[in-house]
Amino acid sequence: MEQQQIMEQLNKIFVDVLDNEDIKLTEATTANDVEEWDSLYHIQLVVAIEKYFKVKFTASEIQSWKNVGDMANAVKSKLAA
Amino acid sequence: MAPDNRSFIALKKFLKKPVDGMKTIRVAIVADSASQFIHQALKGFGISEGIHYDIFEADYNQIDLQVFDPGSELYESKPDYVIILRSSEKLLKKFFSLSNEEKAQFAANQIAYAQNLYQQINSQLKTRVIFNSFPELNDGVFGNFSTKTPSSFLYQLRKINMGLMDLAQASKNLFLIDLAALVAQKGYSQLTDAKMYISADMVFSIDILPDLAEQIHKVIQAIAGSFKKCLILDLDNTTWGGIIGDDGMEGIQIGDLGLGKAFTDLQLWAKELKKRGIIIAVCSKNTESIAKEPFISHPDMKLRLEDIAVFVANWETKVDNIRHIQSILNIGFDSMVFLDDNPFEREMVKQHIPDITVPDLPEDPAEYMPYLRTLNLFETASFTEEDEQRTKQYQEEANRNILQKSFANEEEFLASLGMECEVKPFDNFTIPRIAQLSQRSNQFNLRTVRYTEEDIKRIAQSPDHLTLSFSLKDIYGDYGLIAFVILEKKENNTLFVDSWIMSCRVLKRGMEVFTLQNILQLAQEAGFKLVAGEYLPTKKNELVKEHYPKLGFNTTSENNYSLEVDAYPNDKKVYIKRK
Repeated sequence: MEQQQIMEQLNKIFVDVLDNEDIKLTEATTANDVEEWDSLYHIQLVVAIEKYFKVKFTASEIQSWKNVGDMANAVKSKLAA
Repeated sequence: MAPDNRSFIALKKFLKKPVDGMKTIRVAIVADSASQFIHQALKGFGISEGIHYDIFEADYNQIDLQVFDPGSELYESKPDYVIILRSSEKLLKKFFSLSNEEKAQFAANQIAYAQNLYQQINSQLKTRVIFNSFPELNDGVFGNFSTKTPSSFLYQLRKINMGLMDLAQASKNLFLIDLAALVAQKGYSQLTDAKMYISADMVFSIDILPDLAEQIHKVIQAIAGSFKKCLILDLDNTTWGGIIGDDGMEGIQIGDLGLGKAFTDLQLWAKELKKRGIIIAVCSKNTESIAKEPFISHPDMKLRLEDIAVFVANWETKVDNIRHIQSILNIGFDSMVFLDDNPFEREMVKQHIPDITVPDLPEDPAEYMPYLRTLNLFETASFTEEDEQRTKQYQEEANRNILQKSFANEEEFLASLGMECEVKPFDNFTIPRIAQLSQRSNQFNLRTVRYTEEDIKRIAQSPDHLTLSFSLKDIYGDYGLIAFVILEKKENNTLFVDSWIMSCRVLKRGMEVFTLQNILQLAQEAGFKLVAGEYLPTKKNELVKEHYPKLGFNTTSENNYSLEVDAYPNDKKVYIKRK
């Protein structure tokens, strides 16, 4: 799957989980840029992303992400593997 | 249509819905792991079912602090229910820190600790306490040999679960969420998400939250008096395989024929429910005589006619027939479950009777029972011997209904019943049944104050109260204890009716007037001049809105009434004889 498709899908998942239609993600978006995105929502986002893409992340992978671009890259490399 | 409350995201959407007008239940959640998600899930699930859970959530891992400090936020929050959630993971951690001798005593110590928690809460609050059983977690230390090793974790964990059940059985206000059973059904890998546990100390995965919330909700609702009382069965392809009208007695599938085992399993389950006090009714599009035949003479049928409280087989719509069944049983649609293999019939019933529960049975009858077992349709919070008699009582009721039609007027009918009523103050024999009525009566209940058995015991001995219980029988059978009143002594020679509750099975028998006569007699003997009553409206007690005015009380203010003891005309004929 292309990076752009993954980003679009991530955007949909964020909108659904955070219940906020206004979210427009870029690769540089971080938790500081999205009001609702706290540690609790982070867990829910991870679970939703895992479920949609049918992948599993490790605890350390999750902690290493700095922004949405890192998340998209992680999805991409899992899907390619 | 049933609300979507099967995913955590869906549950969270309910959190934004207004809760005005919903029944509020105050709940405290204290857990040994992070509980924010459980909080949200329970709240959302409640709203999806029309209940507003007002939740106090203790900070992370504060069980001892909240329970053993009498001034804690837990006690300040004055909850109706205290839920203490503990995890096998934390239990294991504690276990590993012990010496071998201590390990062998682990269960005993844990049970003592649980009892201590319960008693501490019980001494501070008039509340129900809910613990969970521990999901089986194999620690991988002894392997299968742990079953032979008292100092192994699994050995001790199973003892703890058994001990918790014994404790709950012995403690009136302690209930268990059987998390171990839920996990046995769903699998341990469904229960937890290792990543969430390691990074956020959450032991429950997002996917199990709706199930967990549902079980907590069901236990609380059952305690609060809202639970299923009746199972209505379709016949063809639900109770047996095939169509009785086409295939005939020899052709329907039960027992060893065709898919018969699936239907036999369902019948055995229904029969067991009946023994537990669930009313079984039949609603089928069939000719009555043909539909009844297997119940009478098929050797493999597990359900027999005497198991069925109301049998309706005709060519009217299921909607009309279920309404008819409801009118005979006099219970709410929300306490009924309807099983039918036909999706069209199910939809029609759901649309016209939204409160009734209609499970979407799988297409394959082999899946019927495995599916139904996962639904936990018949949660309950009590079980008494009277429950087992219920079917017989409703059959008698159906007979009375038939008889009633053949009398010229109601008076004549009532006189023919030969009703006798035993009237006495609460005593040790009647207290459990009175508490049960207090918990479950919704319709003929003037103030809907719920009392536990402990409360009733206290009231029975209180110098400030007078009590009466009523047990009725007639020529068709024994109804058992069907009504009670609690009268509170007030100033100015006034008796206040704190509770007036009657089983709807005995409506239209003149029981209301008979009860009033007994109240007045008691008031007179004890030197009271005035009887005061109050009606507190709920969603379900519309039936008794005009109760006091109908009996001749004067309205003093909205929903408040009084009657002068000496001024009562006593002009209504009653056909009940006091024993």
